[in-house]
Amino acid sequence: MKFLQTLMSGEEGLFKANTLTPMQKMTLRFVVVGLLYYAFAVIEGMLMRVYQVTPISMIPPNQYFAILTAHPLVGIFGSTYSTVFGAFLFLVPFLMKKPLWSIKLANWTCALLAVGTFIFWFSGFVTHYAPLYTLYWPLPADFSQFSVWGGTFFIVGIAVIMVGTVFFVINIFKTIAYTPEGFEKQPGKALISSALGISGLKNLFRKNKQEHLVSLPVAAIARGTVDTALNAAVILFTGVLILVYMIAELLGTSLKHSAVDALLYKNWFWWGLDLIADGLVLIFVAGTWYLLATLITGKKLFMENWARAALFVEMVVSWTVWSHHLMSDQAQPGILKILSGEMVTAFELITQGLAFFITLITLWSARPLKMTNPLKFLLGGLLGFALAVPAGIMQADLGLNRILHNTQWIVGPHVHVAVLVGLTMTLYSAVYFLFPILTNGAKLYSQKLANFHFWAHLLGGIGMGAFMGMAGLKGMLRRTIYFNGEFNVYMILAALSGSLLLIGFLAFFFNIVMSVGLNGVIGIFMPSKLNTKDLLPQEK
Amino acid sequence: MVDSNTVLTGQTFAYTFYVLAIMLLMAWFAYKVTKNEKSKEIKPVLFYSLVGFLVLLGVSLHIITHETIPWKPLDLNRSDIKADKTFNITVSNHKFNLPQEKMVVKVNDKVSFNVTSEDLTYGFGLFREDNTMVFQMQVLPGHNNDILWQFDRPGVYSIRSTEYSGPKGISMIEKNVVEVVN
Repeated sequence: MKFLQTLMSGEEGLFKANTLTPMQKMTLRFVVVGLLYYAFAVIEGMLMRVYQVTPISMIPPNQYFAILTAHPLVGIFGSTYSTVFGAFLFLVPFLMKKPLWSIKLANWTCALLAVGTFIFWFSGFVTHYAPLYTLYWPLPADFSQFSVWGGTFFIVGIAVIMVGTVFFVINIFKTIAYTPEGFEKQPGKALISSALGISGLKNLFRKNKQEHLVSLPVAAIARGTVDTALNAAVILFTGVLILVYMIAELLGTSLKHSAVDALLYKNWFWWGLDLIADGLVLIFVAGTWYLLATLITGKKLFMENWARAALFVEMVVSWTVWSHHLMSDQAQPGILKILSGEMVTAFELITQGLAFFITLITLWSARPLKMTNPLKFLLGGLLGFALAVPAGIMQADLGLNRILHNTQWIVGPHVHVAVLVGLTMTLYSAVYFLFPILTNGAKLYSQKLANFHFWAHLLGGIGMGAFMGMAGLKGMLRRTIYFNGEFNVYMILAALSGSLLLIGFLAFFFNIVMSVGLNGVIGIFMPSKLNTKDLLPQEK
Repeated sequence: MVDSNTVLTGQTFAYTFYVLAIMLLMAWFAYKVTKNEKSKEIKPVLFYSLVGFLVLLGVSLHIITHETIPWKPLDLNRSDIKADKTFNITVSNHKFNLPQEKMVVKVNDKVSFNVTSEDLTYGFGLFREDNTMVFQMQVLPGHNNDILWQFDRPGVYSIRSTEYSGPKGISMIEKNVVEVVN
């Protein structure tokens, strides 16, 4: 009976959705959408892990590749974008001590991310549209293999997400620059200049240094948001290009594929994609580490000016790093492979290394610390990037890339360890930290489940990446199917590790639902009864 | 010429050693950060030393591989090197169209594989009988895709597309079509 009561009303009935402000509800909606799509991505991932051990007869290869196409996009846009955008739409006004520019626009962002993800996922599920996220030309327009209608809806789904992303970008920069009603006039241009690092850059050449107008985490969010905006532009442009081919095909005209140069397209597309992988992810993560370290310790960040400079360098690096994806393209100029592919990429070792070190020293300076959920997940996130970044630097070498490109090494020790251990554990740290703030003091149902979640996720993520990496070193490719169990030992171990991830997530999900109750989850999606732009309810 | 398996063994040792070291460091940190001890002030010199170390590491990795992995300079300078043998291969409709004569190569000869695609983006990889990879490159339509290689030992190798080109691409395997002899 008590179980059912907790399931419906949450732990000790402490979570009351009707006490939430519109801002709290907006943020929690993003989190719920993010977690649901994370569940999608984990289930898809597990299906593929099993398929790599033994191809499942019920799933034909074209459906397998449709899953492989949807999986990273659901993970990035449906889950990570939702969680990160929700957190930052709350944190920017929180840190700047003023209301969000538009709660309505933020809710639209959430809805567009949720709907857009569902549209592309569903079109892939039904029609098996499967050009993978890389969309190497002219595969997305190869209508001898893929449905034109499936592709059209797929691209429309991605475009919807990009519109939501543009709304997020506008909201963030407007919030930084605007003067809320009743506030003293704020210097909008100077605030943006500080957030982007322009005033910091000018300080290098000034005698009288100007102080930073925005805090370091806000600067990190702003710089990562620049990459988010540029990426949205690239993806929208590419989507329109592909749509032109699809619409022409639907109207009975097959456009020539050779009208688009495959190498130029690949350079353009990877320039855009790396604004996510090597841009906003690294910048947002570093900013989140700094924020969490200062919130957990209550201390100033170690070497703060260096941290700001590193964030600026990281943004510039993310604009010039794309060629490490084209090291195996023989037509790509050698000078680009060396300068952009090897040398600029090596800067990521420096910028992420500094972020890692600065965060650890800030934590160290506040000893003794209690091993809380935010701290342990933050340490897990730091470890994830400490493992994944050097793996990436190794593959961004002309010699090693020749024998690593498109193997399981790339997607195991680098991509999955970075995303699952590095990024996701950092996000979990933020979720555990913000949970009592966003829920007005709701109590976590079970600390034992939180501990289990931590260890299952950490060991599962590292284990899966490691076994995939071992298979990659033995020659296993990442985007094909092996029918004869050639790499079964590694794939069985990777699947077992993957199942740990799944069980860990289920434990976390159950823990959160039991903490807020099913009524609470439904209540999050009901309109707030409080007519306020304040972030949190007024103290009574 | 050093075999790609040898390079990968070296990489495995180096990365495994690093992984164990960083995991031990984090475990030690997690243990110590909760201990009731006061931390001494961390001096900036430690930070600047780390910056220097990371710069050195980032640059030296590529210099070391340039000097120790033989196919790296071979690849960068391939337009100035005369191949002992050239094989022209085309790819279309998810099928490798191989030269009519069998592809036989002598140990230590420099061989150029010149691959062109008539439709999609593919990959071109050479694999040993135990499925380990010798090398790979991307094959883009409308571009010249060539790789120069020097085999250091005899063997029989299969060709496999290393890039996804749609579900039909999974069967792009040509078994035992390259033979290296003494």
